Amino acid sequence: MTYDFFNKLFGSQIVAALIQSLLPLFFFILPFALFAVWFERKVSAHMQDRLGPMRVGWHGWLQSIADILKLIQKEDIIATENDKPLFNIAPLLVFVGSYAAFAAIPFSSAFIGSNLDLGVFFIVAVSGFVVAGILMAGWASNNKYSLLGAMRSAAQIISYEIPTILVIVTIVMVTGTLNLNTLSEMQTGHFWNWMIFGGPTFGIAKFLLIPFMILGFVIIYISTLAEVNRTPFDIPEAESELVSGYHTEYSGMKFAMFFLAEYANMFAVSAVVAALFFGGYQSPIGYLGNLIGIKWFIPIEQLLWFTAKGLFFVFVQMWLRWTLPRLRVDQLMAACWKYLIPLAFVNLIIIGLITLI
Amino acid sequence: MKTAQDIFNTLKEKFSDSIIELISSQPVESFITVNPLEINKVCLFLRDNEELLFDNLMNLSGVDDANGKTIPDGDSGTKIEGGTLSVYYHIESTKLKHKLTLKTSSSRENPEVVSVEQVWRHADWHEREAYDLFGINFLNHPDLRRILMPYDWEFGFPLRKDYKNPEFYQGMKVPN
Amino acid sequence: MAIEIENNIAANTGLKTEHMILNMGPQHPSTHGVLRLELELEGEIIKKVTPHIGYLHRCFEKHAEAMSYPQVVPYVDRMDYLASMYNEFGYAIAVEKLLGIQVPERVEYIRVIMGEFQRIASHLVALGTYGADIGAVTPFLFCFRDREKILSLFEMTCGARLLYNYIWPGGVSHDLHPDFIRQAKEFIPYFRPKIKELNDLLSYNKIFIDRTANVGILPLETAINYGISGPNLRASGFKWDLRKDDTYSIYNKFDFDIPVGKGLKGTVGDCWDRYFVRVLEMEESLKIIEQALDQIPEGDVTSAIPKRIKPPVGQVYSRVENPRGELGYFIMSNGSLNPFRVKARGPSFVHLGIMNELCKGHMVADIIAILGSIDIVLGEVDR
Repeated sequence: MTYDFFNKLFGSQIVAALIQSLLPLFFFILPFALFAVWFERKVSAHMQDRLGPMRVGWHGWLQSIADILKLIQKEDIIATENDKPLFNIAPLLVFVGSYAAFAAIPFSSAFIGSNLDLGVFFIVAVSGFVVAGILMAGWASNNKYSLLGAMRSAAQIISYEIPTILVIVTIVMVTGTLNLNTLSEMQTGHFWNWMIFGGPTFGIAKFLLIPFMILGFVIIYISTLAEVNRTPFDIPEAESELVSGYHTEYSGMKFAMFFLAEYANMFAVSAVVAALFFGGYQSPIGYLGNLIGIKWFIPIEQLLWFTAKGLFFVFVQMWLRWTLPRLRVDQLMAACWKYLIPLAFVNLIIIGLITLI
Repeated sequence: MKTAQDIFNTLKEKFSDSIIELISSQPVESFITVNPLEINKVCLFLRDNEELLFDNLMNLSGVDDANGKTIPDGDSGTKIEGGTLSVYYHIESTKLKHKLTLKTSSSRENPEVVSVEQVWRHADWHEREAYDLFGINFLNHPDLRRILMPYDWEFGFPLRKDYKNPEFYQGMKVPN
Repeated sequence: MAIEIENNIAANTGLKTEHMILNMGPQHPSTHGVLRLELELEGEIIKKVTPHIGYLHRCFEKHAEAMSYPQVVPYVDRMDYLASMYNEFGYAIAVEKLLGIQVPERVEYIRVIMGEFQRIASHLVALGTYGADIGAVTPFLFCFRDREKILSLFEMTCGARLLYNYIWPGGVSHDLHPDFIRQAKEFIPYFRPKIKELNDLLSYNKIFIDRTANVGILPLETAINYGISGPNLRASGFKWDLRKDDTYSIYNKFDFDIPVGKGLKGTVGDCWDRYFVRVLEMEESLKIIEQALDQIPEGDVTSAIPKRIKPPVGQVYSRVENPRGELGYFIMSNGSLNPFRVKARGPSFVHLGIMNELCKGHMVADIIAILGSIDIVLGEVDR
């Protein structure tokens, strides 16, 4: 593991932990956010018969960097009526929430920020932080639209956490672990060992599990969409109603923090879904490293697989965003409480019964 | 389908005093002139009578007739004194497919017309507009405020023929 | 229910609840221009909507009194800037009625073709922006892509893409471009599948239906009483189209249907009906254009334009079926070169007046849906 490697290299646990925690930020989240912004613009453009950014670099691939440079130079506007301390803390809190989630996400067998036994639980818990940040932002902005957006957001994220957790519980029942690394390791081998195909153990139970696992995946995917405020659940920042909701009043780097957090969150939930149902960093078809006998190549391959899976789900999120309209706030709540939660409960009970076989 | 003449006869029978005359000398449209303080009753009758059923107010517009005396006012401007302001009502029946034009005139100094807002809700904004641009007072209108001009516009009513632009509005020079 | 709870709370605790006043606009992405809606909210439920208009007021009626009749045409262009052709069309008809002149048949055909193309272009904006208001941005760009093609046809005809100054009292300013008929005929088979694409993408989308069906229901009686016209009136289930019911120009020569709202996805007269009537109308406009392009005669288009327009003393109220509804011009002449009084009765102005009636009891998000579905253009509201 990388932590041991750094520990030996510097002879200090603190330095090693620092490096360990900064690695995903600088080598993953930031580049990913920059890439995702550009990617989203390109995806939306091609879906809409346009080209998207074309001027900065080849097919505009440097556009996000230009945007970030612009955001850094922008004036940091704080209105006189804002609640300044809260207003300043809120974007940090939102970002911290989504960044902390990366601590328990296994990028490959060689790199996980912190190999927690309560990994999934930790992720669910810290992503709840985001709600506090959003509420703070909405309240401190002293803007009715922001407040409405923040209230909607809080209600939405908290509601949709229930089906998410219920689905996670089903996985825990089947596998008996909350550790994402262990979960990923269990799904090793080929893609038929993935949880969505009933997990690694062979038997009747595996085949019985498949339809309910697929149902579970659909439920968790929908609720994670709602948790990261993406269309069709982007009600808190509904541009055409609330003029971007809780981050209306933010400018410059603080706005960029929200933006960064949103894209980091997109990847985090995609990664969790991938780790729970699609084998995490495991390759579906075996490793090239095994084939040619280079052991150190395997973690790199795993990182690539992991990124590819995460990106695929991020792409699906974008795809949905540029296809679907937006729900209304009461319909959104109805979708959660009337359909998703009962379904998740039924799913939980049935899977529980199946595991008894 | 009824002609203006038929409708005029019906109305004359019902409201002998408030219906003044039928003017059909003009090339395109003939119209019936009505007493401004009785217009709401006439309109209600026109809407509810089985044979007329004028359920749709197409248009309501104020007009400055400019038929008073023009007297010089200030350096170069003129001012109109006396004469009338009018309101035209274009109504139709969507069921019987006939149309009618009503006209009512009121004095320029104290223009008062009874609102027909209770007859056709549509008249609400049109009457506000006529009030805004001509200064015609619609009696019994529930919410007679300016609509197109700023609420604090105190320089008169722009569509009157003798309206003059103010030189300054809220400290800003008004361009000519 | 909510009021009961409120009263109970007030009685038991001595606490009072207050309604929140929320200003929507004048700068807001979904008010379709500079419109300010003052909302009185209880939570997210709307208690009252007060529209404040006039931010674009130019008083074109005052300008018109100082200009000759043909000079007014560019001003009427700028009222409903998404349907300029039709504004000119209506004005030209009104002045011609006042003058009592007939225009050549080719002119009538050109006007109808332009008018119907304008109707499609205007509806495309209405439908696209409606989708964007509800949160679906992609159909918006698809609609604009097709609208561009129509605007290119207009550009080919008169050189302008938005404000044309093309239809004059007595004729049109130029004859058609020699290639116009061919390109217009190409557009029709191109566009028909695009309507289906729009339906697949937006009209029958489950979320879209959830957002719009049974929202902002406009009963027929109320609609007529409020003077609602055009697609909004038809969506309430009334077969009323001035092109047929008070026919003008040469619309009686063409064979087309008048689509009405049937409440397919909800109640008759809801937002979805208002949306879908427009989709169906585009289809009908295509039919009219197709027939007109086949029948258009040869002839001179400028011969009937009077050198000097000086109508006799009199007044006229003339109306046409604008893409948004009944566009009426009340013109008074005192026998001079300038009109004595011009009043435009724009459909948007009238339709906006019903906002309070439609929005009461709905949620904030529904305001956007309702405002989008009645399809106003602020240039015409404020004139």
